[in-house]
Parts: sequence; structure tokens; C-alpha cells
Amino acid sequence: MFPHGATEVAGASSPIAVHWSNKGTIMDRMAEDYIIDDQKAGLFRVNRRAFTDPECLEEERRRIFDKCWIYVGHESEVPHAGDYRSRKVAGRPMILVRGDDSTIRVLLNTCTHRGAMVCRQKSGNAKTFQCPYHAWTYNSRGQLIGVPGEDSYSEAFKREDMALVTPPQVDNYRGFIFACFDRIAQSLYDYLAGAREYLDLVADQSEMGMKIVAGQQSYSARANWKLLVENSYDGYHGLPTHQRYFNFLADTGIDFKGRDLSASPRQKAVDLGNGHAVVEAVAAWGRPIARWVPPFGENTKAHFEEVRRRFDQRFGPERSQRICETSRNLGIFPNLVINDIMAITVRTFYPVSPDYMEVNAWALAPIEESAADSALRLDNFLTFLGPGGFATPDDVEMLESCQRGFVNREVAWSDISRGMKKEHPSITDELQMRAFWRQWNQLMTEPQIERARKVA
Amino acid sequence: MSNIELPSRSEVEDLLYHEAALLDEWRLEEWLELLTEDAIYQVPPTDVPEGDARNTLFIIADDAMRIRSRVKQLLGKTAWAENPHSRTRRMIANVRVLGAEGENILVSANFAVHRMRYESVDTYIGHYEYKLIRAGKLLKIRERRAVLDNEALRPHGKISFIL
Repeated sequence: MFPHGATEVAGASSPIAVHWSNKGTIMDRMAEDYIIDDQKAGLFRVNRRAFTDPECLEEERRRIFDKCWIYVGHESEVPHAGDYRSRKVAGRPMILVRGDDSTIRVLLNTCTHRGAMVCRQKSGNAKTFQCPYHAWTYNSRGQLIGVPGEDSYSEAFKREDMALVTPPQVDNYRGFIFACFDRIAQSLYDYLAGAREYLDLVADQSEMGMKIVAGQQSYSARANWKLLVENSYDGYHGLPTHQRYFNFLADTGIDFKGRDLSASPRQKAVDLGNGHAVVEAVAAWGRPIARWVPPFGENTKAHFEEVRRRFDQRFGPERSQRICETSRNLGIFPNLVINDIMAITVRTFYPVSPDYMEVNAWALAPIEESAADSALRLDNFLTFLGPGGFATPDDVEMLESCQRGFVNREVAWSDISRGMKKEHPSITDELQMRAFWRQWNQLMTEPQIERARKVA
Repeated sequence: MSNIELPSRSEVEDLLYHEAALLDEWRLEEWLELLTEDAIYQVPPTDVPEGDARNTLFIIADDAMRIRSRVKQLLGKTAWAENPHSRTRRMIANVRVLGAEGENILVSANFAVHRMRYESVDTYIGHYEYKLIRAGKLLKIRERRAVLDNEALRPHGKISFIL
């Protein structure tokens, strides 16, 4: 991996063996290579098999989703003892629950008896989870507390062996709760690496903590999940794909000169380590915290200035400016996106098949935000984001279009070389995607025995 | 509640069927004429169908300005999710005139909207909650809220046309 903040050109060595054929073209390359990472020439290619091959997806489930830290939910979703959310995480039914001891746990939603799901509601508050099949009962900590006709079991049967199962590792970084099925994986703190700095820029937007707003956007795309990773921090597609959004902004009175995203003030793309990456820039749109634009209304201007002064006091002018004025599209490997742009969306997705993914997205906001500020935030969110916004549907359209295009298997490679030889790639280059793909390729090709040895 | 005279169900049905035809035929400029100047159009999230857009993340919560912008975009060239346009076919049924609130006439109707694109058929199922007002001889739409019964937009992926 590149050290945080290092550029691709400045002496980084490729972890990937590149087998150039002297006489062949790229098309002649061995089919088993997933990526071509030729840093000398400045070429990066991804084998489209990575988007279409069912065997590749099976490998991803084992090597990536069973090995990496996966986002489960936010602590604000279960504020009180007994609060729970049942949801699919990396395709598995799980329960995020705050126990009667106030500890947040992640429980696998399957009865340890014969398998039925013990929690059948999407959310609520419960003292116990009772399996409807044979009435085994678990408390909110997942302990088995009731077995009808328990005297029929042998002495070898022990309740304490039969608690609801929890992933081997569960941890919380500033309210974001992750689980990991690999008991020898590095800690969440280490795993997040450079992404922590960007999660901090989001979490610091509140003095009381951030919360997930009510209302989940549950949608899908008939496309491979990694296309959404690429799309979520792709500055290059902004103007062509989202022309209608920028026209809408112009109609609302937002002036943005030149429309060159790569020339935005303070823009940068950063490889954050472990496959995480971010693009950061000052964009044309307004931000509820705390970048005022005319469509928000003259009557809100003084309030925005007041909010901004509070950030100046808390963090000093430089960090305050960064929190308030810059937008961030953050990708946390493998399948969490936090886009802190015209509002904050938390988005996670999981492949059902190579050409179909399920997507869940939420809005994140400061707990203490006033009703008026919250309404403005949600309104601003919907201008761009979500399955009915003025941008996300066009993204979904493009992803699905790529997936349909992949059927032409003679065109075997996609190109992600943009900005590869630049010392400072811009947000309209593709460094952030290469950061993802290098980590992805590493995990997909690393011999498992070596991995175990490395951790030991 | 108020004591304004309620329209007959058949008058309301005429309006809703006309609206459905305009939308299916992509005659969106004409559709705008059915709306009041202060109209709103909302699609609540599938998990909080009774939510309030001021404190709940909706799928769509357009004010009149955004509705007009949405129509302009959909009739332009770069709303890629609807260029080329989807085919849609709306079935409107179970129309009920529920009463009045001030000058607003409350109407509900069930819908099944089929969307055809790239040889897939996606069906949106739910009910509309309308607030209509009497404007001279006409009824106009002040609020239309499309409440989905679908538990998720899967495999639909998006609501890129006017639902």
C-alpha cells in the first residue's frame, strides 16, 4: 500500500506482478489477471471478468466480505436499552441491538436450535427475542434464557453454549458500528487507517453526536457492486452524467464559474490505505453545515454565519473551513460510502449476483439540529441524492449501462489510468479507484496461507 | 373538516384518469397545468410511509419549483435515466373521496404503475393521497403523495419518471 498521502509516482512500488508480453497487446494477457498495474507506463486496467464472473463473486464473499470490517449501522439507530434493528449485513440477517446493559451488540439472526430467524420485525424495542418455531427465548444480550421442556435434554446440553452467535469482532468508531468475521483481522482502528481523519470531519459536525435520520432509501442496481464503489467518488463523471443537476443548480441561482471540477479550490484525491480513498473539494452546492448559498434564502444567512462562528470557536478557522466548506466523497473498503456533500449520505451495498446489488442509504445529521435546519438539510439531500433525486437515478442508469456493455466480452478490460503519471492527481482523475482495486486485487489473489502467516 | 361541496367520485376519476394518460404519454407540460401554483409531490420512504418530509428522508419531496424543474429535466436531453423515455402504464383504481379539510378535498386511489425499459418490467404498487382544490369549474391538484407498498425499490432501482 501507499503510505497515507504519498503519490503514486513518488517511488511507490507496485505490489502486483505485471507480466508484459513482448509482442502481445493488452488483449493477449493471461485471462487470470484481474488487474494490470503498470506504474512505469502509467496504465491501469481492470479485467471486466471482475464484474461478470460468478466464481469471482464467490471468491469475493470469502476473501473480502468474510475478511474485512463491514458496516452494520450507526449507534444512533439503537439509542435506548432494548432498541434493535434487524437488517441484512453483507447478505446475512443480523440484529443490531442495545442490550439491557446498554452495550450495543450484533447478533446473527438465526436460532441456535434449528435456524429460524428469532427477530421478525425490522425495528423496535424488546426485552427478549423469542423464536416462533419452538419458543426458545433469548434476552437482549443474546443469552438463551428459555427452552420449553428443557428437562428432555441431556446434561451435556448447556444454555450458555447456545446463545445467539455474534461476529468474532464488533467495534465502533465514532458511532459507526462495524463487524468482522475474521477473528485474526487487524483492529477496526487500524483497519480504517487514513479514513479515520475523514470520519472525524463528519463526526465533528456535532457536539452531541450524529444521528441517522428516519427513513431508509432501499434500492438496487442491475450492476456489479464495484461499479458503485467507483462511481461514488468519481469526479470525472460529474459534469457529463449530472449535467441536469448542474443546470438545476444554475436555475436556483447558484453561480459556478467554468464548471471545471478539477480546478475546485482545495481539491484533492487521497489513497487512505487498506483500499479506502477519498476525494475532497469545495463544490458549487450549499452545505447545511455551514456553507450558505442563495437558494437557502436570505433569511437563513445570519443563522449560517452563526453556525460557522461556532465551528471557528471549536476548531479554529482552518479546520472549521474544511469541515464546513469542503465536500467529501469517502469510500471505506469494501462497501461503505459516506458522501458528505450537499448533505451527508451513508450508503452501503451488497452483491446478490455479479450483475445485481442491493443498496441501502440513509441521511446523517447532528442530533441537536433544529427542526428548520433538519428540513433544509433533507431538502438539499433530495436535490441530488437517492433513487428519486436529480442525480442518483442517472448514476444507476450508467452503472446498469456498463453492466449491459460488459456482455461484449471481446472488450476484456476497463481503463482506470487517468492521472496515473501526475504528481497530484485531481478529483477528476482515478487514483481513488486504483486505491480500491489494488487492495481488492491483493485480497483476491493473496495465497491464504501467506495471509495467515502475515497476521501471526 | 369543512362544509364545502365535495366533488362526485366520477369527477375525481375523470381527473385522475386524465392525469394518468398525460403522464403515460409524457405530456408533462400539460400535466403541470393540472397542478396548483403551490403544488407538492412526494414519495415517502418505503419504511416510513406515514412520514413527514421535514424530519424524514423521503425518496421524493418536490415543491412546485422542483416539480417544474423535474419536468424540464425529463423533457430535456440529459436526464439519462429517462433518455430514452421509459414506457409506463398506470392502473388507477379504488378511487375514494374521503372528505375535505378547509378548501382541500381529500382523495385516495390505488395504483399499479408498470414501467418498461430495456425489456424489463418493474411494477410500482401503492396508493395516492391527493389534496385537490376547486378552481372554478376545474379540480386542481395541490398535493399528490405516492405511497409505495413495495418494501424496497428492488429491482426497480429508481423512480426516474413521475410516479
